[in-house]
Amino acid sequence: MSAGPTPTEVDVVIVGAGVVGCALARELGRWPWRVALVDAADDVGDGTSKANTALLHTGFDAIPGSLESRLVARGYELLRDYASAAGIPVEPVGALLVAWAQEQLEALPGLAEKAAQNGYAATRLVDVPELYAREPFLGPGALGALEVPDESIICPWTTTLAFATEALAQGVALMLGTELLSIEPRPDGGFLLETSRGRVSSTYLVNAAGLRSDEVDHMAGHHGFTVTPRRGELVVFDKLARAKVSHILLPVPTSRGKGVLVAPTIFGNVMLGPTAEEVGDKRATGSTEAGLADLRRHAARILPALLEEEVTATYAGLRAATEHSDYQVRLHPDQGYVCVGGIRSTGLTASMAIAEHVATLMGDAGWLAGEHRPSEPPSMPNLGEAFPRPFEQAGRIAADPAYGQIVCFCERATRGELRDAFASPIPPVSMEGLRRRTRAGMGRCQGFACGAELAALVEDATRS
Amino acid sequence: MTNPAVRVDRSVDVLVIGGGPGGLAIAECLALSGVGVVEVLERESEAGGIPRHSFHTGYGLRDLHRAMTGPAYARRRVHLATAAGAYVRTGFTATGWAGPLTVDVTSPTGLERVTARAVVLATGARERSRAARWVPGDRPSGVFTTGHLQQAVYVRRQAIGRRAVVVGAEHVSYSACVTLAHAGVEVVAMVTDQPAPQSYRAFQAGARMRWRTPVITDVSVSRLVGRGRLEAVELRRSDGATRLLACDTVVFTGDWMPDNELARTGGLTIDPGTLGPSVDGLQRTSRSGIFAVGNLVHPVETADVVALRARRTAAVVLAQLNDPKAALRPCVPVVTDGSLARVWPNIWRPDVRSAEVGRLTVWSRAFVTRPVIVITQADRVIFEHGSRRRLVPNRPTALVGGWSAKAVPDAGPILVSVH
Repeated sequence: MSAGPTPTEVDVVIVGAGVVGCALARELGRWPWRVALVDAADDVGDGTSKANTALLHTGFDAIPGSLESRLVARGYELLRDYASAAGIPVEPVGALLVAWAQEQLEALPGLAEKAAQNGYAATRLVDVPELYAREPFLGPGALGALEVPDESIICPWTTTLAFATEALAQGVALMLGTELLSIEPRPDGGFLLETSRGRVSSTYLVNAAGLRSDEVDHMAGHHGFTVTPRRGELVVFDKLARAKVSHILLPVPTSRGKGVLVAPTIFGNVMLGPTAEEVGDKRATGSTEAGLADLRRHAARILPALLEEEVTATYAGLRAATEHSDYQVRLHPDQGYVCVGGIRSTGLTASMAIAEHVATLMGDAGWLAGEHRPSEPPSMPNLGEAFPRPFEQAGRIAADPAYGQIVCFCERATRGELRDAFASPIPPVSMEGLRRRTRAGMGRCQGFACGAELAALVEDATRS
Repeated sequence: MTNPAVRVDRSVDVLVIGGGPGGLAIAECLALSGVGVVEVLERESEAGGIPRHSFHTGYGLRDLHRAMTGPAYARRRVHLATAAGAYVRTGFTATGWAGPLTVDVTSPTGLERVTARAVVLATGARERSRAARWVPGDRPSGVFTTGHLQQAVYVRRQAIGRRAVVVGAEHVSYSACVTLAHAGVEVVAMVTDQPAPQSYRAFQAGARMRWRTPVITDVSVSRLVGRGRLEAVELRRSDGATRLLACDTVVFTGDWMPDNELARTGGLTIDPGTLGPSVDGLQRTSRSGIFAVGNLVHPVETADVVALRARRTAAVVLAQLNDPKAALRPCVPVVTDGSLARVWPNIWRPDVRSAEVGRLTVWSRAFVTRPVIVITQADRVIFEHGSRRRLVPNRPTALVGGWSAKAVPDAGPILVSVH
């Protein structure tokens, strides 16, 4: 069994470089030990984390008393502060839960009560005249709403990248393009991981594998839960639609999930979705005719004027739903294994609190030793439409004309920003990666004008 | 000299936004007429617009009276504009409005706020992407529009694929076929939701003979299949039957959408048919001092038609500069019913003499042989015209002038329909 090159030796390996895995790497990287972050994809945040609804939730509608309720509420505070320090764009646009039927209207006070049980007391009932005054394009027939003023929109991509960038600066080994093949117990305790890029030997193992967290759990000898991907299809509308909606427009939740919402995005677009459909295939990230038709029907009721606008993108994300209603976070003290599974659409908001919670569990188990080092959040380039971007800053262009050279016209991404992304600690290796770091290519023309140039830039960067 | 770290204010006489065939042609005419400073803002590093990337011949026939390739035509148009004295600034992007005739501009030399006595919007059109057409399925690589494809092949010399499906069978679709052939890609099929191709018969026959490209009619693309790389497109016939067509490349052609961002953020009235700014026969928009030319207002005409029409608009801009106080007369919307997809012009103003305006242009939803165009206002027929020209979907047909002679200012919208 000892054939092959010497395994990479670390103290803890985190499997999965989504938003949760990267938050864990940032948190655990602050202690004086060797941490490796492993993912099969060639970029961070390339699975479920890249295709979520990009909301910073207050947790007002969580199940009171659940771990999710606690971690979302805590995560909201942590991430809001971290975002402000790292330059991750956040817009506190607020949410309106719109009642379209009498029983939904009657459910609103109960939801306000539930929010209070979740520690969120700022909800407020909104009557019909005020609702239409604040959302003049709302479809006819709304009966009232519950306002959740602190629900916010955030850039999910910058968040994941910021965590990973900080982790990297702390010395965490970022092992991308590294698929986990098997896990064996080491005779002296700890784990020997067989990966597509050689073996990794670790004392502790943290499973943050998202959609595949059940498979990693099995590899580690457990059968705690089964992930059944829940596909959520989303439609992103043109920026010219942004003037038609001011808040996150939520439906009154049902047992099937949070339902279809209409929300501004941090990039200045409008998002419609998600659908909720259980699928057997963990790679079924395509959109469907039925799903898009369903979303059109929802838009026709919630915000009919949206359908007059052009569609910029459609995509589908897979949420890692399990048979349990709560997060599945378990520490196995004898084995040195922590499972962080069942993290659903609230994972972006809760990510830092999940990491903090896991660190506490590991500390309580006596695994963490020594003092943690101070660490500074990285300074991330702003992708938010509501905040100044290089193309509109005379000082930056004067200092460096590349910030005045717009390459992607739809998104106004400049050559300077593209250059910076390629020179960053975690550079893009694909068009998609470049898009998530700069917005280039994600606009209304979808590459009609700049697609060939962006492809050439990516090719040049990945060749060297 | 270093760039200023503050925004610079400056003024010009005419600001043309967009340096394609329309913008360059009107800039040339205005500069020749000696109105003062005529400036063209072109966001790309080279002016000329879409012809820059369209390497087949056939450009310049009606305006420059010779056949040229797209890049040669683009260079010629830039030369004519600059030789006439217009300033063509490349790498300059108009990002928004700061006043009725003032725009904010970003370029590597810094930020500017440019005020003009007249603004001409010539921002062109783009082909709708796969997403804008609501095509479901996977998100593989190998998905193009013609604009993207032509830059990838001719400018960047990138590898495209082996087997392509071209979505559409109009002029630009055949242009995409030429490009794919140049890149060594086999065109498996052209597919169209219409009952027949919509380009010139010569193009259609040429494609059949040169590449044996079949045109599959009456189908739409209902799904893309392929993780990582495209593997197939799913086609659906109008009767609902579907089948998979294996390919590694798909080019979505045509289905043009005007680049109307500045028109919309400037608060101009938008025509529900063209989605460009509403213009009268003299290309005046709903706001005084703002004009619109090119495929922003009629997506899409060929470059020569665009240039000819833009030239005619130059005289109107001149009149405006000579008499800036002249108020725009109230306008009457020109609308269509379900029989037509769109019509140009979009509005009629009483001061527009029929003789001045161009011919009524219509875009049909279906093939119509021996069309009869009927124009009514308040249920009164004000014009009727039978034409021998067959109407073809996705293709503009310029019919006749003189259609507005009997229109009146106060009788409500003018309705154009085809029988």
